Amino acid sequence: MSRIRLLSLQILVAIVLIGAWQLFSTVPVFGHMLLPPFFFSTPLDVGSQIVDWFTTGVIWKHLAITLWESILAFVIGSLGGVLFGFWFARQPRVAAVFDPYVKMANSLPRVVLAPIFTLWLGLGIWSKVALGVTLVFFIVFFNVYQGVKEVSTTVLANGRMLGMSERQLMRHVYWPSALSWMFSSLHTSVGFAVVGAVVGEYLGSAAGLGYLIQQAEGTFDVGGVFAGMFVLSAFVILIDIGVTLVEKRLLVWRPDAAEGRG
Amino acid sequence: METGEVAATAVALEDATVAFRLADARVYTAVEKARLTVDHGEFVAIVGPTGCGKSTLLNVAAGLLKPAAGAVRIFDRPLSGLNRQAGYLFQADALFPWKTALDNVAIGLEIAGTPRRTALAEAQHWLTSVGLGAFAGRYPHMLSGGQRKRVALAQVLIRNPKILLMDEPFGPLDAQTRQVMGNLLLELWTRDRKAVLFVTHDLEEAIALADRVVIMSAGPGSRIIGDWKVPLQRPRDIFEIRLDPGFHDLHREIWSMLKDEVMKGYVQSTQPEARV
Ligand SMILES: Nc1ncnc2c1ncn2[C@@H]1O[C@H](COP(=O)(O)OP(=O)(O)O)[C@@H](O)[C@H]1O
Ligand SMILES: [Mg+2]
Repeated sequence: MSRIRLLSLQILVAIVLIGAWQLFSTVPVFGHMLLPPFFFSTPLDVGSQIVDWFTTGVIWKHLAITLWESILAFVIGSLGGVLFGFWFARQPRVAAVFDPYVKMANSLPRVVLAPIFTLWLGLGIWSKVALGVTLVFFIVFFNVYQGVKEVSTTVLANGRMLGMSERQLMRHVYWPSALSWMFSSLHTSVGFAVVGAVVGEYLGSAAGLGYLIQQAEGTFDVGGVFAGMFVLSAFVILIDIGVTLVEKRLLVWRPDAAEGRG
Repeated sequence: METGEVAATAVALEDATVAFRLADARVYTAVEKARLTVDHGEFVAIVGPTGCGKSTLLNVAAGLLKPAAGAVRIFDRPLSGLNRQAGYLFQADALFPWKTALDNVAIGLEIAGTPRRTALAEAQHWLTSVGLGAFAGRYPHMLSGGQRKRVALAQVLIRNPKILLMDEPFGPLDAQTRQVMGNLLLELWTRDRKAVLFVTHDLEEAIALADRVVIMSAGPGSRIIGDWKVPLQRPRDIFEIRLDPGFHDLHREIWSMLKDEVMKGYVQSTQPEARV
C-alpha cells in the first residue's frame, strides 16, 4: 500500500467514526437518540471545547505541568533504575536478598500509592512525580538488570583478552549493553511516566491534563472529558514521536533499530 | 623452525586435563593429558572432530580456563590468570556491537592508554590492511560475516600479540571467502611470524596454512593423537597449494587416521549419556 493511500484510508476511518458519532448524537433514529449527547457529547462540542482551550490559552498551563511532571518522573525513575539495575546485576548476593521485595513492590498496583504520596508530598507536582517514578523505575530497573546479566560471554571474554580491566569492562561492555536495553524500553517507560502524572493529577491536584479531565467529569461535562482525552492522546503521540527520534539516533548500531517498536 | 633464534617455546601444554562440572554434579572430562607445544614463529593447526575439545584447549592457552591437572607454560613461564601475550580470535562473533568497525579495532590500543587520535589512525591503518579501509564507520551488524572476521582479525593484531589463538575463524564463511581469508592471514603472518595456534575442523585448511598439524581424538577425554610436520614450502598460496602432490599425500595420510575419530565423535555426540 502506498503512503498516500494508507494515509487517506486512515483519515477515512476518522471521518466515518466522527461522522457516525455526530449523526447518532444529533439525529434521532425511530424517535430515539442512539448516542444521547448528555452521555456522549457531540464531536462539534468536543471540537469547540478544544479550540476554546487553545484560543484562550488555558490549556498551555495544564500541558506544561503534565509535561514537567512526566519529565521529572522519567528522569528520576530512569536514574534510579539504572543505578539499582547495575548494582543488583553486579552483586548477585544483593540481588538474591532483595529479590522477593523487588517482586513484591513491583506487583503492587501503583494507583493505591497515590493517596499515600498525596499525604506525604501534598497536592503539588511531587506526588504525581513520585507515582510516575514508581512506574518508570521498575521498567528501567529490570531492563538494565537484564542488559548487564545477558552480556554475551564471548564479548566479555574478548574484552578481557584485549586487556580490559574490570573498570574498562564496565565502561565499554556492561554499560553500553545495559543502556541499549534501557533504550529498547524507552517507549514504555516514557509512556508510564505520563500515565503516572495524569493518574496522579486525576486523583487529586490543582492543575494538569488529569485535573482538567477530572474537573469536567465532576460537572458531568462529557464534552470536556472527551476533549481532555483527545488532547492527552495527541500529547502522548507527540512525545512518542520525539522518543522515536531519540531512539533512532542512540541505537544506530542495533540491527532492529530501523524497524522501531510499537 | 630454522630461524637462528634461541629455541623458545611460545605455548606449552604439559599433560593438561580439563574437566567440566555438569549440572547434575557429574564431571565431564573434555580433554585428557594434552601435550602440545607451539614454537616461536610457528603456525600450528589443531584438527579434530566437532565437540572434541579444540575450543577448550584454546581457552586453556588463553588463560580463560584453568586445567584441572597439568601445566601451561607461556614462553617458559607458568601461566597464571589471563595470557597477556596472546590475542584471541573467537569462534563466535565477539566484536562490540555498539562500536563502529574503527572503534572496535582501536579499542585495544585505547584501553592500553594510547591517545585516542593515535589509536584511531592506527586502527584505520589496520582496517586498510585487512581490506576494509572504506568500512570504518560501519557497525558490526552492517558488515558481512567475512567482513566481521576481518575486523576481528585487525582488532586482535593491532595489539601486536606474540601469540595468536584462532578458533575456527573462518568456520562460518563460504569456501571462496575462506580461501581469500586464508591468504590474507598468511600474508599478515609472514610479516612478523607470530606463534599461531589455529583451530579448524577442515583438514585441507589446516595443511594449507600450518607448519604442523595436530590431530585430536574424539571426546570424552580427548587426547592429541597425531602430530605431522607439513613439508610444503612458503610462501604459499592457498589456491595453488592444493594442487601440490605433497599436499595430497599428507592429506591422505592424516585423513586415514582422522576419519575414524570423526565417526567416533559423531556417534558419541548423538549419545550424550555415553559420554561421562
Ligand atoms: N562449560 C562447559 N560445561 C560443560 N561441558 C562443556 C563446557 N564447555 C564445553 N563442554 C564440552 O566439552 C567438549 C569440548 O567442547 P569444545 O572445546 O567447545 O569442542 P570443539 O572441539 O567443538 O571446540 C564438548 O563435548 C562440550 O560439550
Ligand atoms: Mg569449538
